Amino acid sequence: MTKTILSVALGLTVAGLLASTASAATLDDVKAKGFIQCGVSQGLPGFSNPDDQGNWTGVDVDVCRAMAAAVFGDASKVKYTPLSAKERFTALQSGEIDVLSRNTTWTMTRDTALGLNFAGVNYYDGQGFMVRKSLGVASALELSGASVCTNTGTTTELNVADYFRANKMEYEIVAFEKSDEVVAAYDAGRCDVYTTDQSGLYANRLKLTNPDEHVVLPEIISKEPLGPVVRQGDDQWFNLAKWSLNAMINAEELGVTSENVDEMANSDNPEIKRLLGKEGEFGAAIGVSNDWAYQIVKQVGNYGESFERNIGVNTPLEIKRGLNQLWSKGGILYAPPIR
Amino acid sequence: MTVADTPVGTGAPKVAIFNDPKVRGAAIQIVLIALIAFLIYGMVSNAATNLAKAGIASGFGFLNVTAGFGINISPFVEYSETSTYGRVFLVGLQNTLVISIAGIFFATIIGFIVGVARLSSNWVIAKLAYAYVEIMRNIPLLLWIFIWYFSVLRLLPSKSDPINLGPFGLLNIAGYYAPKAVFAGGAGWIGIALIVAIVASFVLSFWAKRRQLATGEQFPVFWTSVAMIVGLPLIAYFLTGMPVSFELPTASRFGPKGGARIYPEFLGLLLALSLYTANYIGEIVRAGIMAISHGQTEAAHALGIRSGPTLRLVVIPQAMRVIIPPLTNQYLNLTKNSSLAVAIAYPDLVSVFAGTTLNQTGQAVEVLLMTMLTYLAISLLTSLLMNWFNAKMALVER
Repeated sequence: MTKTILSVALGLTVAGLLASTASAATLDDVKAKGFIQCGVSQGLPGFSNPDDQGNWTGVDVDVCRAMAAAVFGDASKVKYTPLSAKERFTALQSGEIDVLSRNTTWTMTRDTALGLNFAGVNYYDGQGFMVRKSLGVASALELSGASVCTNTGTTTELNVADYFRANKMEYEIVAFEKSDEVVAAYDAGRCDVYTTDQSGLYANRLKLTNPDEHVVLPEIISKEPLGPVVRQGDDQWFNLAKWSLNAMINAEELGVTSENVDEMANSDNPEIKRLLGKEGEFGAAIGVSNDWAYQIVKQVGNYGESFERNIGVNTPLEIKRGLNQLWSKGGILYAPPIR
Repeated sequence: MTVADTPVGTGAPKVAIFNDPKVRGAAIQIVLIALIAFLIYGMVSNAATNLAKAGIASGFGFLNVTAGFGINISPFVEYSETSTYGRVFLVGLQNTLVISIAGIFFATIIGFIVGVARLSSNWVIAKLAYAYVEIMRNIPLLLWIFIWYFSVLRLLPSKSDPINLGPFGLLNIAGYYAPKAVFAGGAGWIGIALIVAIVASFVLSFWAKRRQLATGEQFPVFWTSVAMIVGLPLIAYFLTGMPVSFELPTASRFGPKGGARIYPEFLGLLLALSLYTANYIGEIVRAGIMAISHGQTEAAHALGIRSGPTLRLVVIPQAMRVIIPPLTNQYLNLTKNSSLAVAIAYPDLVSVFAGTTLNQTGQAVEVLLMTMLTYLAISLLTSLLMNWFNAKMALVER
């Protein structure tokens, strides 16, 4: 008996001490296991949502697929972990997932004290409000005394508190853990207002019983730059995430699409040559093969293609490019050059 | 109690020190304790190193940082968005205690009724109680919470169109808005009258017991006490010129305003917790009563005691000795189960502290440690109280 206890205790101690070496080179771990474990939402149409065959699609999903295309030359080598807003950072910190691409706002606390790194911004969002048309509310400033449904563990919860406090308005917050429960509670009339990032409002409006009876108010009360997140302290993996996203944006800027990428590979434009691996050794610099960006564009598409396919004006979400247009076309999307 | 032998100088057979069972036993225990201590040290220092290496903040400094998010339900602790995370902890603790105490209160009452009803000689009542127990305990608690909150309470009308209960306030999907008592000057006398009535009831029951022992005459203690507890404050109320008024909730654009509000999240959780735990308590009560030999009832009847007093004075006091220990377990279960509140937006300790606070600060180790210790403390305190109660009710052996 004592022997068993002793060996168990010893085993636990050793396991506990060894655990410290588990982190570090994510890229090697990913290559060894053969897929990227990607943390996504529990279903946010257009961003990360499983279709009727169980395939995940969305702009957040495309970031993970782009990383898989860069690492393996195969965008399908991704496994998905649906996470609630509350679970997401712990899942990343503990190494359960390799990258978190789950409409997550880049804030200073998260970037520093939480031990995480944001690899860029794949959607510039802002928090908004949705109400029933029947309330006759035209502006968020008329919401004093309203009850507001939202998610726990989000920046949304903090922004709404700031906004109502700054405008000296009363409110009642009703915070649920899962966004489906928030939507259900709002739909049933428990709350007057549903607040989250505006993209999320448009996406979740589709889940309501009568989407046409609800209106998104014009005010945007916060900056919500959403982007993929990795663990701090692994620069190689951080670089890979960062440049996979940048490659998609640069591809759009250079006019390289999934359709014309093979012709473009023969282009004389040195910028396109560098992007598609015909010049320079940029793949080696991030630890993958030199045609990494070619594979991303070929299999996932450039940023604009991903946007239009998942959330653009021809999808049920009908979101305009707005801020998410390229800098050269009036938006603020701007990726550093590949050189 | 045996006195430890003292081998030195008593002429006991000499044993090599490593063959002495006592020395061996002690040595093994010391080694085990040292190993456990090392294990704990290893885990703590490993966690600290890893947190530092991963760049994750640690320490308890976050308790003094402004939380910045709102909490809708906080009946006693004052809270606003400018309060600290330490205050969030208190609010969560308060809400956990409130739901636990309320849940235990209702679960006990319903449980006793169900337990006695199951033993009823009335076929319909017994079968109804039986059906209740079977339905309740065979469906998971989380599902009950969802059923009450997302299905039953959702049948209430919308905020703009509440059910008007007249002088009893309003009821809609956002909760029950009871009239709120507003106290004016002189209202203190009503409170004093109430206290006097309660004290007088105790004195009365003491006196009645003495008198019954001496003369055998009974006194209607219960009804006299009720009359005093209700009557005295009422007399005080009228004598002081009716200083209590009731503020009724009024309609506004976003539903009723004012009044004392009971939130649907609280109501849903309370219904689910108390009805669910009540069926287990009912079974415990039934087992306790059945553990008392039927001879006790027959003997009481033979003495001419009627059925009601037999149950109240003979059976239940004896059954309590069987009931209390498992009852303690149910109370602990209910308290721990209240953490399922997170599913329906009731801001209990797990929801606002182990949930939102953890997420905003990222300090999982500290937050979870505090939460675990808090639940441990609540449970130990409950056990302590129930053990004291058990000792008081136990058979006194002379």
